[in-house]
Amino acid sequence: MKFLNFFIILILTLNLNISKAKADVYSIENKITKNIRCLICQGQSIYDSDSEFAISLKLVVQNKIKQGFTEKQIYDFLSNKYGEWILYDPSFNKNTYFLWLLPLLIFLIGGAIIINKLKIKK
Amino acid sequence: MNIKILPTILILFFCLIFLIFYKGLKNSNIYTPQSYLEIDVPVFVLKSFKKEDEINSKDIFKHDQFYLLNIWASWCVPCRAEHEFLMMLNNNKKIKIIGLNYKDKFDNAKNFIEEMGNPYFINLIDKNGTAAIDWGAYGVPESFLIYQNKVIKKYLGPLNDKSYFEIEEIIK
Amino acid sequence: MASLIGYYSLITGLLCSFLIIFFSLNNFNRSDILNKKIVYFTFLQFFLVVVSFFGLILSFVFSDFTNSTVFNHSHTTKPLFYKISGTWGNHEGSLLLWLLVLTLFIFLFLLESKRQPIKYRLLTLLFQQIIIVGFFVFIIKTSNPFSYIFPAPKEGLGLNPILQDPALAIHPPILYLGYVGSSIIFSSALAATTLNYVSKEWAKHVKQWVLVSWIFLTLGILLGSIWAYYELGWGGFWFWDPVENVSLMPWLALTTLLHCILVLEKRLILTSWAIILSIATFTLSMSGTFLVRSGILNSVHTFANDPERGLFILIFLFSLIFLSIFIFLFFHKNENKSKNSFFWFSKETAILINNWFMMYFLSVILIGTIYPIFLEVLSSEKISVGPPFYNKLILPFLIPFLLAMAIGPKLNWIKSDLKNKANLFLFLIISLLLSIFIIRNLSINFLVNTILVTSALYLFFLTLRDFLIMKIKNLSQNLSHFGFSLLILSILFNNIFSSEIITNLKIGESFQSKQFTINFKSVDQKNERNFKAIIGKFEIENNDGTVEVLKPELRIYNQPNIVTSEADIKTNLIRDIFITMNLVQNQEYFNIRYQIKPFMIWIWFSVLIISFGGLISIFKRKHEH
Repeated sequence: MKFLNFFIILILTLNLNISKAKADVYSIENKITKNIRCLICQGQSIYDSDSEFAISLKLVVQNKIKQGFTEKQIYDFLSNKYGEWILYDPSFNKNTYFLWLLPLLIFLIGGAIIINKLKIKK
Repeated sequence: MNIKILPTILILFFCLIFLIFYKGLKNSNIYTPQSYLEIDVPVFVLKSFKKEDEINSKDIFKHDQFYLLNIWASWCVPCRAEHEFLMMLNNNKKIKIIGLNYKDKFDNAKNFIEEMGNPYFINLIDKNGTAAIDWGAYGVPESFLIYQNKVIKKYLGPLNDKSYFEIEEIIK
Repeated sequence: MASLIGYYSLITGLLCSFLIIFFSLNNFNRSDILNKKIVYFTFLQFFLVVVSFFGLILSFVFSDFTNSTVFNHSHTTKPLFYKISGTWGNHEGSLLLWLLVLTLFIFLFLLESKRQPIKYRLLTLLFQQIIIVGFFVFIIKTSNPFSYIFPAPKEGLGLNPILQDPALAIHPPILYLGYVGSSIIFSSALAATTLNYVSKEWAKHVKQWVLVSWIFLTLGILLGSIWAYYELGWGGFWFWDPVENVSLMPWLALTTLLHCILVLEKRLILTSWAIILSIATFTLSMSGTFLVRSGILNSVHTFANDPERGLFILIFLFSLIFLSIFIFLFFHKNENKSKNSFFWFSKETAILINNWFMMYFLSVILIGTIYPIFLEVLSSEKISVGPPFYNKLILPFLIPFLLAMAIGPKLNWIKSDLKNKANLFLFLIISLLLSIFIIRNLSINFLVNTILVTSALYLFFLTLRDFLIMKIKNLSQNLSHFGFSLLILSILFNNIFSSEIITNLKIGESFQSKQFTINFKSVDQKNERNFKAIIGKFEIENNDGTVEVLKPELRIYNQPNIVTSEADIKTNLIRDIFITMNLVQNQEYFNIRYQIKPFMIWIWFSVLIISFGGLISIFKRKHEH
């Protein structure tokens, strides 16, 4: 039980210290920049990249947020300019029906197979 | 019956996947955005080289005139290579070349133009690279051919013989 | 010279394959031939590949630039350690490592399986030889590590600096032991199917190989992740990059197989499923190789690519797939229906539920990784599938998964009941209250996070309790599940509580936030043989009065000429602090990124615990024998 106590205390102290810091720094900006793919170093988000393009694009995102653009509007703005490819979070449209639904379909089929197995007993 | 359907489906399924991968092998894995043409010229307000006051895009682009907006920087090596084509284009009175100086130091940019010649009708300053993003650009150099306030052609990378003649052909 | 020896032993190694295949087919029933001649040839083949591999290592050590692999990936000023690790830090060398592991595993298999039926051993050997021959031909034809350059260049092109790193030097060998090790499972499953030998004995026997591959794969992924954390300078440890995904997919398949084999071993049900999983594991490893090596995917770390190589692996991969389908459909006899039954509340059902979720996670990752390729081929539209997609589809399903993982091991085989299970609910309530308490005043999605933390805590407490009251039915299982709960908890808390500052600072400037002040003290220079370093000195003054000094670097490597940013990280039990600095074009200031990342060390530690559980399981089996 000692370890348990230790762990709980650990969590609680952390909770008090860090949670407030988080609330201050946490911003929509990070969320958006993490979701935008860099065209220069193509495996990274612009949040992670330090290429010239990524630095400028981060500024653009900051400005747009200041101008009161919503997250969705910023995504639309960028995908108009650079294509859907620039977004890491593919929107749900005719191109991506299968992407989003196929895993869920597989999940359902798997469930059906298991239920079927259980029924044999009865 | 059952025994025969399953293998057929399985084999067809994997053949299909094979074909798709096979075709996919031939595609490039580097993404270049499609050129969205016939889009309106973005609206901007930027400082230029000559005057301290800011220039509005509405004052630059006239309706019945060809323009080439060229994104460049003194630190960009390919820009040196394409500069001669810009100088040649500048001889043609039907087109005006507008520079968008990208993330540059003013003195370096000035030296560059003094050394290599100035093809630009106006040189706009994009200190932090945000204006280039309004144009949908992501590198230097990039050039946009504009007519009737619309982008009619986009060139990624330095201009060369081929693109030079193409532009000459279009504006004839 | 070393290259020449390497090349000829490689060719001789291929000839060994033909001898082995010839002898095995001719003496299908004679165990004396197998135990003497064939084992001898298998060893010879392994030995030749080792010689070939050492030939390549020596070429690297002595910087023999007549060898084009060395020329392309090495440099005389590189430290010896990275000259050696450079051997497998490139496409050609890493394939030789593949081959090394393939031949090593089949040799060990023959030694270790003496108690198994002779036909089964021979057939496994034959299937493995098909894979081995495929890779020999692949290497010799398209990726010869020993191609000759004349005249010899004076200097090599150097190894990409981000690969010059201790974690990444040992990452490929460990990962390949897992990745390629699964080939044995594949071969043995095909052999067992052909001979109708899918039995409890087979399950017991193959389980060891599953465990070995699984442990190495787990450690390999861990090392890659640690490397990405401190070397790529982003402070993340998992990016859902295609290269990461292709290593995670075989891991998921292996983990599923590991659980499925348990049922097979106990009750001789789910045989078809176990065979499919065994085939899928290696097929997924091969597909991963295809996706990474052919350059069909766009990732941070793709190898130099060549369509010819891609085509070869693609054809080879699908030959193996069609071979497996043929064998499975033709030879596999369906299990007896009457035995094929489950009671809904039993350990088997819990394991089935585990399999069900694992397959779902696998399908999410598989579809997410290859969907962009399919879409581009079919409609020439290009999209990206990144972290948000995986988070959205995986996180909600993690909740029932964790709960099942906590309760499952408490159930009995065949039939279980609810007696003495009251304390299970007690723990659930404790977990719920605790997580509400932790999450309550954070500006994040309250509901999802609370439930996620609850289910992870629940698994954590239940496994921990078993340790404390010393009533452990199955130590290895409990340890791994405990490690998994710790992993999920650390990742969740790491996500929730991380904070960061990105700012531009000149030397002498400070950045102040409510919790800390960052002072940019000075910049130093240091010259090493293969790079110049610019070392920044930063003092972090925390509000509680403590001061930390951090020294991130910018390294300018001479060969190839690349600038890298080296993070400086201070780790303790509760959190990591992480700082990087970057140059900004035409500016005097540096771009500084400072991050506080809680529980980082627990993420690494928990993965170690998980694989340690597997290790215990292996030794327990050895003990039982």
